[in-house]
Amino acid sequence: MADAALKSLGGTLARQGILIAFVVFMVGFALWNPRFIDPGNLFGVVRSSAILGVMALGVTFVVIGGNLDLSVGSMLSFSAIVVLDLHENPAFGPALAIPAMFAMTLTLGAINGFLIGYLRLNSLIVTLGMLSAIHGLTLTYSGGQNMDIANQTATWFGVFGRGSALGIPIPVLIFAGLAAVLGILLARTPFGRKVYAVGGNGTAATFSGIPRARVVFMTYIISALCVAIAGLIQASRTMGAQNTVGQGMELEVLAAVILGGASLLGGSGTIFKTVIGVLILGFIQNGLLLAGLQFYVQYVVTWIIIILAVWLDIAAKRGKLWSAIA
Amino acid sequence: MESDRLKTLFKHGAIWAFIVMELIFFSVAGDIFSLSNSAFMDLNNMLLLLKQSAPIGIIAVGMTVIMINGNIDLSVGATYALAGIVMLDAMNWPFMAAMGDGAIPLAWGLALLTGCVLGLINGLIVWKTGVDAFIVTLGAMLGYRGLVFMYNGENPTFHLNWTMVDLAEASILGLQTPAIVFLAVVAIVWLVMTRTVHGRNAYAIGDNREAAVNAGIRVGPHMVINFVLIGGLAALSAVVFYSGSGSVNPNDGMLFELWAITAVVLGGTKLSGGSGTILGTLGGVIAIQLLRKGLGHIGAQSETVNLVIGTILIVVLLLDRQLNRKGAGELRV
Repeated sequence: MADAALKSLGGTLARQGILIAFVVFMVGFALWNPRFIDPGNLFGVVRSSAILGVMALGVTFVVIGGNLDLSVGSMLSFSAIVVLDLHENPAFGPALAIPAMFAMTLTLGAINGFLIGYLRLNSLIVTLGMLSAIHGLTLTYSGGQNMDIANQTATWFGVFGRGSALGIPIPVLIFAGLAAVLGILLARTPFGRKVYAVGGNGTAATFSGIPRARVVFMTYIISALCVAIAGLIQASRTMGAQNTVGQGMELEVLAAVILGGASLLGGSGTIFKTVIGVLILGFIQNGLLLAGLQFYVQYVVTWIIIILAVWLDIAAKRGKLWSAIA
Repeated sequence: MESDRLKTLFKHGAIWAFIVMELIFFSVAGDIFSLSNSAFMDLNNMLLLLKQSAPIGIIAVGMTVIMINGNIDLSVGATYALAGIVMLDAMNWPFMAAMGDGAIPLAWGLALLTGCVLGLINGLIVWKTGVDAFIVTLGAMLGYRGLVFMYNGENPTFHLNWTMVDLAEASILGLQTPAIVFLAVVAIVWLVMTRTVHGRNAYAIGDNREAAVNAGIRVGPHMVINFVLIGGLAALSAVVFYSGSGSVNPNDGMLFELWAITAVVLGGTKLSGGSGTILGTLGGVIAIQLLRKGLGHIGAQSETVNLVIGTILIVVLLLDRQLNRKGAGELRV
C-alpha cells in the first residue's frame, strides 16, 4: 500500500519534474536575490523570451508530430528582412507589408510541409537544406544589406514589439494569447489528437484513417505561422534587422521544446510544458546575469539542464538511472 | 542481379558524376559568359580547392563514422573553436613561450587532447544515460560554445608564430599541408572502416543495434571511441586551420556541423545509420566546395551559394528516395 503510494509519488515527480525544477529554481533565485522577483524584472524576462517562445510554440507541433524543424531560424531572418523592406516600399507600406510577409513565410512552411508530409522525406535533412536555402534567399533578397526603417517615429509599425496594453507589453500578450489558442488546438480538438497519433505511431494512425500527410503538412504551416509572428515582433521591436538575426535560433528553440519534455521521437509534449521550457531558459539567463555572470555562462548551464532533464525523464520511464547499453 | 550491381555502381558513382557535371558546367559557363580569363579546370585552382575544403572535410570524415553508427554530432563547431583557442593560447603561456618553436608540437597535442576529451564527454553521456545523441550533442553545442566564451571572453585569441605558419603552408607536389592532412585522414579512416573489425562493427551497430548487441558487440564503448574520434578530428581541423591563421574568434566554427552533415548526406550516408562510405563523403565535400568556387567563377553572387546548396540537398534526398524505394511491402500512404 505504502509502496504503491510511494511509486505513484515517484511517477508524479518524474512526470512533473520540469515544473518542480522550475518552481525550485524560481524560489531559490528569489530568496537569493529579491530583485529577481520584482514584477518589472519578471515582465522583462517574459518579454525578451517572447520571440523565442512564439517560435517554440510552432515547433512543438512539429516535434509532437514526430518531425524536426531546423529552418525556423533562417525563416525568422527572412520574415524580418522582408517585412522591413516592404514597409519601406511606398507601394506596400506597413498595412500591406505584414500580410505579404505572412504569405511568403507560409509559402516556405508549405514547401517544408509538402516535402516532409506528402513526399515523406526525412525532416532533419529537408529542414537543414531549407535552413541553408532560406538563408541564401534572404541574402539574395537583401543583397546582403541590413534593413532599417528610416523614419521610425512616423509609423505605427513599432506597436508589435514596443507597445503595451494595460501595462503589459504587446509581445507578452501575443505570446500568451498564441499559447492559449495553440494549447487549446493541441489539447482539445480532433486535429490536436491527430498530431499526437501521427507522432506516436504513424503507421497505426494511417490504418485508423488519419490523413498523416495532411496532418504533418499542417504542423509545418503552424510552425511557419509562428515564425512569421515572431519575425513581426522582432522587426517591430528593433525597426531594423540583419540578415542573420535568427541564425542559431533553431537549436535554441529546439532546446526549449526538449526542456519542456517533448520527445524527439514524437507523440509527447504539451504547449504548457513548452512555455515552461521557454521561461526556464529565459529565467536562467536573467538569474545568471543578475548574479553578475556573463551571458555565456547560461550556455553551459543550459547544456547541463537539458541533459539532466532528458536523462531523468528517460530514467523514470525505464525505471533505471543508467542505460542498459552494453 | 545485374540490375542490383548497376544500382550499386550508380549509387556510389552518383556523387562523382555530379562533380564531373559541375566541372563541365562551370568551365563551359565561365567561357561563355567570359567572366573570367582564367580557366576553371586549372590544376592550381583544383589544388587550392582541396586546401579550402580541408577544415569542413576533416570534420565530415568523422561525421560519416558517427552517422554510420546511427548517431549525430552537433557540437563539432564548438569543439573546433575551443581546440583552436587552447592551441593558440597555450603558445602564449610563459613556459611554452620560453620553449620557442619546440612548443609547437605540444600546443598541437593539447588542442587534439581538448577535442578528444570533449568527444569523450559526449560519448560517455550517450552511452551511460541512453539519451539520444542528437539531444546530447545539441546540448553540448551550447555548452562547449559557453566554454569557448568563458576561456577568453568575447575577445579573439591570437598568437602568430612564423614557423607554425610555414608548417601550415608547406607544400609537397603542390599540395598544401591542409590538403595533405585531409587526404591522409580520408585514407586512414577509409582503411579503418573497410578493413578492420571496428569498421565492420560500426556498420552493424548502425544497421541494427539490437542485433549487434546480441552478436556480442560492446555497443557503448564502440560509440564512445567514435565520439572521441570525431572530437579529435574537429580539433585536428582546428590545428590545421589556426596554425596558418593565428587568430580565433569565439564565434568561429558556428554552422560547421550543418555544413559537415550536408557534405556527408550528399555523399550518400543515411541518417538512419548502417550505410555510407568515407569516399562518398570525400565526394560530397569536394562537390560543395566546387559549387562555392564555381558560382564565384561564373560571376554569381556569393549569396546564392546557400540557396543552391540547400536546394541540391533536398533534390538529392528526393532522387535517393526514388532510386532506393523499398519493395512493394512498404506501406504506401
